[in-house]
Amino acid sequence: MPWWRKPGQPMKYRFAGPACLALIAIIGGAGFGAAAEFKPALVYDLGGKFDKSFNEGAFRGAEKFRLETGIAAREFEIQNDAQREQALRRFARDGQTPVIAVGFSHSSALEKVARDFPGAQFAIVDTVVSAPNVQSIVFREHEGSYLVGMLAAMASKTAKIGFVGGMDIPLIRKFACGYRQGARAADPRIEIIENMTGTTGAAWSDPVKGGELARSQIDRGADVIYQAAGGTGIGVLRAAADAGKLGIGTDSNQNGLFPGRVLTSMLKRVDAAVYKGFSDARAGNWQAGTAALGLKEEGIGWALDDDNRALITPAMKAAADQAARDIISGKTAVHDYMSDGKCPPAGAPGG
Amino acid sequence: MVPALEFIGVTKRFGGVAACNGVSFQAAQGSIHGIIGENGAGKSTLMSILCGARRADAGHIRLDGRAVNFASPRGAIARGIGMVHQHFMLIEAMSVLDNIMLGAEGGPLLAKGRAAARARLAALERDHGPAVDPDAIIADLPVGLRQRVEILKALIRGARILVLDEPTAVLTPNETAELFKLMRRLRDGGACILFITHKLGEALDVCGRVTVMRRGGIVGEFDTAQTSAARLAEAMIGRPVEAAANDRIRAPGAVILRARDVRVSDPSGAARVKGVSLDLREGEILGIAGVSGNGQSELLEALAGMRPIAAGTLAINGAAIDARARNPRAMRALGVMHVPEDRLKHGLVADFPASGSAMLGFHREARYGGALLDRAAIEADCAAKMARWDIRPPAPNLATRGFSGGNQQKLILAREIERDPLILLVGQPTRGVDIGAVEAAHARLLALRAAGKAILLISNELDEILALSDRILVMCGGRITGERSPGGTSARELGLLMAGAADTAA
Amino acid sequence: MSGPPAVWQAAGPVLAPLAVALAAISIIVAAAGENPAAALRTLAAGSLGSREGLAMTLFYTTDFIFAGLAVSVAFRAGLFNIGVEGQAMAAGIGIALAALYAGALPGALALPALALAGAAGGALWALVPAWLQARRGSHIVITTIMFNFIAGALLGFLLNGPLGAPGSMQPESPAFPAAAAMPRLDDALRAMGMTPTDTPLNLCLPLALAAAFAAHVLFERTRLGYEMAVLGASPPAAAYAGISPARIMMLAMILSGILGSGLALNELTGAQNRLILEFTGGYGFVGIAIALTGRNRPAGIVLAALLFGALYQGGAELAFERPKITRDMIVLVQGLIVLMAGCFGARARSGEA
Repeated sequence: MPWWRKPGQPMKYRFAGPACLALIAIIGGAGFGAAAEFKPALVYDLGGKFDKSFNEGAFRGAEKFRLETGIAAREFEIQNDAQREQALRRFARDGQTPVIAVGFSHSSALEKVARDFPGAQFAIVDTVVSAPNVQSIVFREHEGSYLVGMLAAMASKTAKIGFVGGMDIPLIRKFACGYRQGARAADPRIEIIENMTGTTGAAWSDPVKGGELARSQIDRGADVIYQAAGGTGIGVLRAAADAGKLGIGTDSNQNGLFPGRVLTSMLKRVDAAVYKGFSDARAGNWQAGTAALGLKEEGIGWALDDDNRALITPAMKAAADQAARDIISGKTAVHDYMSDGKCPPAGAPGG
Repeated sequence: MVPALEFIGVTKRFGGVAACNGVSFQAAQGSIHGIIGENGAGKSTLMSILCGARRADAGHIRLDGRAVNFASPRGAIARGIGMVHQHFMLIEAMSVLDNIMLGAEGGPLLAKGRAAARARLAALERDHGPAVDPDAIIADLPVGLRQRVEILKALIRGARILVLDEPTAVLTPNETAELFKLMRRLRDGGACILFITHKLGEALDVCGRVTVMRRGGIVGEFDTAQTSAARLAEAMIGRPVEAAANDRIRAPGAVILRARDVRVSDPSGAARVKGVSLDLREGEILGIAGVSGNGQSELLEALAGMRPIAAGTLAINGAAIDARARNPRAMRALGVMHVPEDRLKHGLVADFPASGSAMLGFHREARYGGALLDRAAIEADCAAKMARWDIRPPAPNLATRGFSGGNQQKLILAREIERDPLILLVGQPTRGVDIGAVEAAHARLLALRAAGKAILLISNELDEILALSDRILVMCGGRITGERSPGGTSARELGLLMAGAADTAA
Repeated sequence: MSGPPAVWQAAGPVLAPLAVALAAISIIVAAAGENPAAALRTLAAGSLGSREGLAMTLFYTTDFIFAGLAVSVAFRAGLFNIGVEGQAMAAGIGIALAALYAGALPGALALPALALAGAAGGALWALVPAWLQARRGSHIVITTIMFNFIAGALLGFLLNGPLGAPGSMQPESPAFPAAAAMPRLDDALRAMGMTPTDTPLNLCLPLALAAAFAAHVLFERTRLGYEMAVLGASPPAAAYAGISPARIMMLAMILSGILGSGLALNELTGAQNRLILEFTGGYGFVGIAIALTGRNRPAGIVLAALLFGALYQGGAELAFERPKITRDMIVLVQGLIVLMAGCFGARARSGEA
């Protein structure tokens, strides 16, 4: 007789047997059934899917896909680093494909899992993982940051603008660098105050500290502040709005958070990328390799809607549109911080 | 006449043990009624029932002939029961007035309540003699006055029955006399006072009648005019008391411990011992008398190595003890053992099994094991001590806090005395222990002296100092204010010295 | 020192929060519109009922044993070490430095060297607050909390700079050399021709159990353990007994830091094979709840760690299997368990009197 059938043993072992059966029943009978030949999945990063920013963009892309096709992606929000690999592996083993990992932190886990499941299709957002079955989706955030930097410089009355980053990592320095270049292009004498919230993941979810940093920048004269700080950025935008100054949102369109007090938002269309990833895969057009989405691919942009139309003068819009055309045509080259880990000090674009 | 207070068959059980078993007695208005008994006799339980903190399992209490059953201390206070605990329930940072009105502020705004309390305080002063300055801060008052504040607090709340729990334990003889004066005035004013004590002389002095309790029951009730301390003691412990015979014969031996101009400061830098010099000789008990808080404790701890000595010199058998050796571990190695004043704070670890407490300070010795502690050896050592010292229950694994005060104290005495001390420093050896344990402790200390050891004894109990010491030093304000021989002095004279009166003797 | 075996004495306080946790999960699951019974089955099956689930549970258990022991060894000496998290981070830095710069060591020596480097890092990080407490009277709760922040900042600085992988924009170190990988359960399974579990469960688990046994010996059988217990139970009694508080505090915190380094060893050499930010995952804080639940006894801590490991893994499984149960609910339940553990732990402590 197997050891776990012995009478009088502790409770938790006794229901392990039925529980195993239940597990099988759950997996077998779960609602991903007949119609769902196509089984996409999403693994969010630590920020969680309702971070009003990056992860939420991915969620919206999946929602759009669901509304159009009726196919719901399976989702998992990780709680710790050990779960990255566990989640990817789990979805791959369950036969989910494609599996989109949202966030650069998944890269090392994805490298391993992609190797173990060569038949599955994976994608990762915000970084490059080189594997024959991985599509890497990155954004040229410096281009969009350049445009909102121009707008910030033109909107500023004090000739001082601010930047609040989340965690101090190259990606965020890339935002700051593009912003700096754009602002200098619009006004060579502009002063830019830059702060990073922290050096750990907590820097993405500390709106209180974000607000403090923004208030300190406002005290020093800044009247437009660009946030690239995830959940922390909400505090930045609120502090700017409370002080009667302007904020600039990131990733999602955050103009509506404080209508009339958000100059614009640098759009990083994670939603479009996720939607496109699912749609392409469903249509059989999925491709490995790196897709760098910028202004040209409409993966990057800036938001203009009823909430901020009064803040953007025709001259500002014209200047931004012209700059966008120049970037797309290659006439203006915006330096990518991550290409060499440096940000050119001069104001001249591409200089 | 209907008694002001009557207990009728009051019984209270904790588990299977009856803490009070059918207790019945009466106390009249305008009397001071003593309740005496050893620790654990049931006095505290009885009083907690009277005060509404506990409810009796059977029996009841009558006030002025009417049965009462208090659900809470609040109910007891409303019916005129006033309790003065041994440990004061005063807020040190607040004034006398604010302490008195605490819990009876009379509304959210304090001004009205303050005025009313001030007026009542003045009335009490008129009736009962000198009160205390209503605006003094408690922390600034001496212990005797703090106790008076507690009594006034009870009176202002309309107490007609006043319970005083061991009120003299913390007082100097002179303060005790003041307290007794106040008690008599209150008695004459019609109050009924229950006086709980273990000092038989005081009970005989101030009480009209005395109820003796033992093991939860009443074993006798005596009219103080027609009894003696010996009879009360016999009733209390159930057998005749043998006071340890103290035959002070020998000529004093050689000086073992020599202290010169020792100064000790507390951690905040305040001087507590201000230049004490003494010689402790082999084969003598040197008693140090003093009101607590006058530097004796600090002196004892400094000699034991627990406190740094700011200035002065120490020598044992003529060899100077340098600062490096002034720590408890090194002092033990030199043969200086220490029975600390506060057994549960310093001498034992309440949460540990008795065996863990029984090796405290000596745990490094090889007898308790090599690289790893030998649990069997530790328990056997403790069991042997328990057998030799009649420590009950003889259970080395029982938590230290589970033993009575007397047995805890015996555990410490066993631990320190069995290490064959050259010098034994003893603080309050019998505080809060029963008479049996007092006898045992005194006998052991005298035996140790007879064996030629040097003993330094600090006690707040003058009787103890007088009974045991070969010489007596009195400390006040951090200084030695006098030296007496036990045969040539009295408690009264020592009391004056303790209170700081100039030493007029040669 | 007496009574029934420590395991059974410890089981009670573990089972009580477990019952409360299961009840809380049921209520939350029902509120989310799922079937509580099915969810509990998922929880049990996901954490204990499959090879993968059990292995993941034991992987978390390893972290929790180390964290719980680290908290308890300090707590024995009366020190509330909130800084296991930071000490594990410092240990991780030590491990990474050894792995990346001393990689030339022969295979058999590499892992012990890594473990020693981690232990040194953890001990050093614990020693500074201990020294501040012992010599300056700075409260160890405050200093250890602050040292968590400093460790986090130091880790961030190192990973964004000197220790960062060149060319990676992620704040992480380059991958450790192969010799720095702790042998995994999967390696053994593969060698025996069995299906691997695809989990990072590794040799750190027996190491954690050995640490628990060593802690038991320390607490119950050594003079150092006795002196720690005296200081923890009654500082005045320790002063009376001639036990140097400074010495005991520093030793206890060094041991605490060394035990905390086990968490880093498990995560870095067992799972991540590189130094990353936040590899500690808050387990250092969970260690406080585990020490409380386990009543500061090594046997109890092992049981409590298993409970928390199962709830972590089972919680993840719930989120996988039951889309309506979000991560936030799992976090809520975990928080409740920590709270319950605190309550029951405190009750157990006061009940000992």
